[in-house]
Amino acid sequence: MSEPVLRVENLTIDIPMAQGTLHAVRGIDFELKRGETLCIVGESGSGKSLTSLAIMGLLSKKMRCNAARLDFSGIDLRKQSPRAMRALRGDRMAMIFQEPMTSLNPAYTIGDQLMEALQLHRPVGRAEARARAIELLGKVGITAAESRLSQYPHQLSGGLRQRVMIAMALMCEPELIIADEPTTALDVTIQAQILRLLADLQREMNMAMILVTHDLGVVARIADKVVVMYAGEVVEKGSAREIFETPRHPYTRGLLRCIPVPGKTRPGEHLGSIPGIVPSLIGHMDGCAFRSRCDVAEVACASDVPVRRTGEDHMYRCIHEVQPGAPS
Amino acid sequence: MSTTTTTQAAAAQAVAPEAGATPVLELAAVTKTYRVKQGMFSAARPLHALGGVSLRIYRKDVLGLVGESGCGKSTLAKILLGLEAPTSGQVLIDGREVTARERTVLARRIQPIFQDPYSSLNPRKSIEDIIALPLVVHKIGDSASRAKSVARMLDLVGLPQRVLRGYPNQLSGGQRQRVAIARALVMNPEIVICDEPTSALDVSVQSQILNLLGDLREELGLTYLFISHNLAVVEHLATRVAVMYLGKIVEEAPAAELFAGPRHPYTKALLESVLTPDPNLSVPDTHLGATYPNPIDPPSGCHFHPRCASALEICKTTPPPHVRSAQGHVDCHLHAVPAH
Ligand SMILES: Nc1ncnc2c1ncn2[C@@H]1O[C@H](COP(=O)(O)OP(=O)(O)OP(=O)(O)O)[C@@H](O)[C@H]1O
Ligand SMILES: Nc1ncnc2c1ncn2[C@@H]1O[C@H](COP(=O)(O)OP(=O)(O)OP(=O)(O)O)[C@@H](O)[C@H]1O
Ligand code: SF4
Ligand code: SF4
Ligand SMILES: [Mg+2]
Ligand SMILES: [Mg+2]
Repeated sequence: MSEPVLRVENLTIDIPMAQGTLHAVRGIDFELKRGETLCIVGESGSGKSLTSLAIMGLLSKKMRCNAARLDFSGIDLRKQSPRAMRALRGDRMAMIFQEPMTSLNPAYTIGDQLMEALQLHRPVGRAEARARAIELLGKVGITAAESRLSQYPHQLSGGLRQRVMIAMALMCEPELIIADEPTTALDVTIQAQILRLLADLQREMNMAMILVTHDLGVVARIADKVVVMYAGEVVEKGSAREIFETPRHPYTRGLLRCIPVPGKTRPGEHLGSIPGIVPSLIGHMDGCAFRSRCDVAEVACASDVPVRRTGEDHMYRCIHEVQPGAPS
Repeated sequence: MSTTTTTQAAAAQAVAPEAGATPVLELAAVTKTYRVKQGMFSAARPLHALGGVSLRIYRKDVLGLVGESGCGKSTLAKILLGLEAPTSGQVLIDGREVTARERTVLARRIQPIFQDPYSSLNPRKSIEDIIALPLVVHKIGDSASRAKSVARMLDLVGLPQRVLRGYPNQLSGGQRQRVAIARALVMNPEIVICDEPTSALDVSVQSQILNLLGDLREELGLTYLFISHNLAVVEHLATRVAVMYLGKIVEEAPAAELFAGPRHPYTKALLESVLTPDPNLSVPDTHLGATYPNPIDPPSGCHFHPRCASALEICKTTPPPHVRSAQGHVDCHLHAVPAH
């Protein structure tokens, strides 16, 4: 077994607010090897983006981030200076955001930005950087790549911009790539194209990839491992097959019942739902954060909830060992 | 051709228009042209957001409208709502043309639910005022009867009466979308235009809103135009589906028929892109290239030809024929009926 590229242990992120401390991420663990894709799914506000930003060293200064371990390829990320983190970002680890314009500068051409992404980290000349830019634009499926180099971001459609951003993230062939909702703003056809591209490139470059999404279809098709988050915690973690075929946690199970699945749910029939809302993350929290919405909650859910393991990598956090109504 | 076979599912859910029935809502050859500037100093050029759209919506139908960003879905919705005037063509209600002066008639009978429950509700107004506003604008009832209507709407959409005095920022996304639905229904509309009504919501909340929309249709006999990019949702809710590409409806058919046997290559690509949550499958190949058309300068012939894997030589030069079938149509050279 190869060493993990990324090891996250007991990661917490606190945000001081006027009303008290917001515990946005409350002790999460996961690890990732080269060539693996990990998907993080979960309710809006559950801490998916903050977790990604924490790994990249991009959290805002007012947030407090702690971890028992935050290792990337043998580097202790907790101990790196901002300058050292800048050197890692875009080189050995890279991020792709939902909105390409957060990474692309409207005032510079595509070519300049792609070349800079390489020259910032590698001692290469313009000609070599240019060749690499053309190579990567080709890899992300952009035709007539050379003529695109002199274009500005606003001259491209959303799908093309997202492709350019992927090319930029891959200029230095990173070991780890984190994509936060990279296709949410795109059309379904373009979403499928971009995801396929990401999966192919990830395999080709043997990268580790973290994909943050709320689309369960995307998760099922692309993930090796899945982390399900709710209110700042990992409530379930396992292989894609375990999560989709034998989900254990009531939130995961509820989510899977909420989506219409052609061929499985009948048109027009009532879909499952999870009534209620996410609790406030400000201040101290006892017991299971899902209990106000859980249909199998019991009194014991208000106290410490055990972590259960059913296999080497599969864990979930619930008082029930066997889920009521689950096929055993 | 399979277009005349009605599958069981279609028979169960589609409200087949009786022969000679008048559509509640009809667009006849509607075009909408905007004038846009591409650069700071260039002259304005026409952008054909709708290039001649004809569409009929029958009572109690749920017409799903799909197609990629910028193809004209919202423009079509705005014309139906009377928020925009067509450049040419007609809008008909119950077979009667709606003239520019009768726009308020449209507004009473057709109500919208928009995508974003955050920006579509005025943050400074109480929930009660938000839901009552359409009644006030149309001068319907007195304050007592309005209060009664509002209370009834809250029950209908499953919100507790105590939210009345609250403000939008005190509600969750799902609750706000319920408020938007209540506001749309307080006018007793016959037709509701839903423009991406659940795409800003969490999966766990989306299903509640879809269930509610389905129930309300049953209870109140509503007709929906349902715009969404989520094809699984459209398949779940729609009785008919219209597929748009660059300002034109390229295929229309009963939902079950369209999902079982898409005919237009773009419809096929759309359906192939649906990612069902099956961990044994990977991301499919849509067979579409990375050439995205510019709506100001659309491709010649069939607008879809640069991306179409089945394109013929004729597709580059000649617009596709409009091929009717028993319950719909497809615009594509592949389906042209050979002339004898
Ligand atoms: N800059 C900030 N200031 C205050 N609170 C913040 C800030 N950024 C995030 N939060 C809070 O931290 C929590 C986690 O946020 P995060 O952005 O990680 O959620 P997410 O899982 O990515 O959600 P989404 O699916 O909506 O993107 C939320 O409760 C959010 O309100
Ligand atoms: N007020 C306007 N002025 C100029 N162009 C416009 C205007 N409104 C829309 N357009 C253009 O008309 C075309 C159709 O836009 P529309 O908003 O109807 O698309 P849509 O199908 O709803 O897209 P989306 O899925 O992104 O909401 C687009 O090219 C758009 O840029
Ligand atoms: S611990 Fe209790 S409330 Fe939480 S998921 Fe399990 S049963 Fe539900
Ligand atoms: S008309 Fe030609 S290019 Fe257009 S969809 Fe049909 S086959 Fe493809
Ligand atoms: Mg996020
Ligand atoms: Mg729109």
